[in-house]
Amino acid sequence: MSRIAARFAKLAAEGRPALVTYVMACDPDRATSQAILDGLPAAGADIVEFGIPFTDPMADGAAIQSAAGRALAAGGSLRLTLEMVARFRERDADTPVVLMGYYNPVYAWGPESFCRAAAAAGVDGLILVDLPPEEVDELLPHARANGIDFIFLTTPTSDDARLPTVVGNASGFVYYVSITGITGTRSASRQAIEEAVARIRRHTSLPVCVGFGIKTPEQAAEVARVADGVVVGSAIVQAVADNAGTAASVSAPLDLVRALAAGIRAARASGRTAAAAV
Amino acid sequence: MHSLNTYRTGPDERGHFGLFGGRYVAETLMPLILEVEKAYNAAKADPHFLDEFHYWLTNYVGRPNPLYHARRLTEAWGGAKVYLKREDLNHTGAHKINNCIGQILLARRMGKKRIIAETGAGQHGVATATVCALFGLDCVVYMGATDIARQAPNVYRMKLLGAEVRPVTSGRATLKDAMNDALRDWVANVDSTYYLIGTVAGPHPYPAMVRDFQSVIGKEVRKQIIAAEGRLPDSLVAAIGGGSNAMGLFHPFLDDRSVRIIGVEAAGHGLDSGEHAASLAGGRPGVLHGNRTYLLQDADGQIQEAHSISAGLDYPGIGPEHSWLRDTGRVEYVSITDDEALAAFQQCTRLEGIIPALESSHALAHAAKIAGTLPKDHLMVVNLSGRGDKDVNTVARALGDDTMGGLVG
Repeated sequence: MSRIAARFAKLAAEGRPALVTYVMACDPDRATSQAILDGLPAAGADIVEFGIPFTDPMADGAAIQSAAGRALAAGGSLRLTLEMVARFRERDADTPVVLMGYYNPVYAWGPESFCRAAAAAGVDGLILVDLPPEEVDELLPHARANGIDFIFLTTPTSDDARLPTVVGNASGFVYYVSITGITGTRSASRQAIEEAVARIRRHTSLPVCVGFGIKTPEQAAEVARVADGVVVGSAIVQAVADNAGTAASVSAPLDLVRALAAGIRAARASGRTAAAAV
Repeated sequence: MHSLNTYRTGPDERGHFGLFGGRYVAETLMPLILEVEKAYNAAKADPHFLDEFHYWLTNYVGRPNPLYHARRLTEAWGGAKVYLKREDLNHTGAHKINNCIGQILLARRMGKKRIIAETGAGQHGVATATVCALFGLDCVVYMGATDIARQAPNVYRMKLLGAEVRPVTSGRATLKDAMNDALRDWVANVDSTYYLIGTVAGPHPYPAMVRDFQSVIGKEVRKQIIAAEGRLPDSLVAAIGGGSNAMGLFHPFLDDRSVRIIGVEAAGHGLDSGEHAASLAGGRPGVLHGNRTYLLQDADGQIQEAHSISAGLDYPGIGPEHSWLRDTGRVEYVSITDDEALAAFQQCTRLEGIIPALESSHALAHAAKIAGTLPKDHLMVVNLSGRGDKDVNTVARALGDDTMGGLVG
């Protein structure tokens, strides 16, 4: 069983959804970024998304654009991203790591060779924002051959006609981008998310994780009631930015992760009580 | 490389020109991209749509524009008989309006009320703002802060036309960054908004659609040169940033083997300087802004900044069909430096009384280089893609001429 499947099986047994956290590799520098990455599981992250620095993050808002700028200025690259994952794996054999970014660095490396190297480093999944189902054939066989889940994004524009195309080749989990927009901007309503997750579940039995616009423990708790996983990115990345170069450069983002994790656990606990009462 | 039977049938149904092109966009945009494709396929098969397109080209843009025999440049260069295709005489002063007319008609068919666009030199922004004024649609133009500073007259024109110009400060604040922000806007406003891309790049169907609208250039040249000379030209020369004026001129001639076709990239301070915008000469295939094409990038796949004195050529990529035409060998691609373009700008202005855009000056500079080596019965068509009024400040600054005084900002 893959690390991602094993993690969702474990969480299902515990009756709680996954907290999926995003930070950018090498932001604000390699050492700080490695320390944050290494500290995420203990702070409550169930799945780690690790951003690949890229010059042109077209689907990202200001927080992650700035993070990419800081990471590149600090020497960040796809190669370094894999080296940092390999370091993480020396201490943590179980927490799934999903790389998230844009296709060009992967294409420049070569999809086949990259998937081999990523698997060797301990990468479990791959989210490439600008590689939709229409173009994924050039990468998917290599990801599969190396045991890497390619995570597909679904959005409010993925209707019932579109969803089979999107989730047909999915493995690991399905990522629901809860707004039409870029990262770190608006937030969707709980009702809209609930309806969308229900719609996606009609097309797949994979876990559904919801992201974009989730910033606070309260919002995370709301989403946790309806989804299998809650993805928080920009808010953590902003905490990295706000505390870069200070004594709290590692602890502040991890404190936020702890608060998010507590919110999610509380949500499901109360959600179960409520369900039992009905 | 072996030659193909035809070079004019691309792209395939998935939007690929061989290795290049495609639809590398975020999932949020995918249904919309498919909708644009469907709407465009229906429109181009609809005689009413084509009639409407030609109505506006004739009565509003002022087409056909002349294919002008440049006697004094011909004499100065001492060889090929040189014709200039006068896209500079179009309404708004460049070829960009051809595509904008086509796409605004499509946006109207799709029921879109809000138009967004990216612009480098501001020519496409002005053309987009113009058609939005004409049809009463909201218009937002993304433009790099660097370009806003060097193209101030076009920025003000857009404002006068009722468009909102949003400055983009990320990256080096030029065309690439403007396109990133336009895509971000589109993702956030998919229902209401139509993205009017200004060149033969972006996700399918844009490269093919923009080419089709711009092909009016080459179709006119074909008729005009036959009327003037009784035969096809021997060579075509056009400047390339994204490559829309060049594709528009080239495409109707791709299957005429006797016609030598030359695209001119911007070599900036020189290909060896690292400061240029020649994606074909100095780049390799990669994926950006919705398509695979030749890109300026480092070993890690990070996109590099382009440089050109001409804001319209200052882009690290090129339309995917050009990448394919280069690899198949059908079109030759060369490059011209800032200094060479400046010299051609002055020569054309002095000898023909035509102030060419700095973009078009790259094509003129290459024509100047090779015309003298060609016989006098060689017919050469150079695409004068736009007029240079917008560039006089940049040129004054580059020449160290303070005549412009306070206008040189």
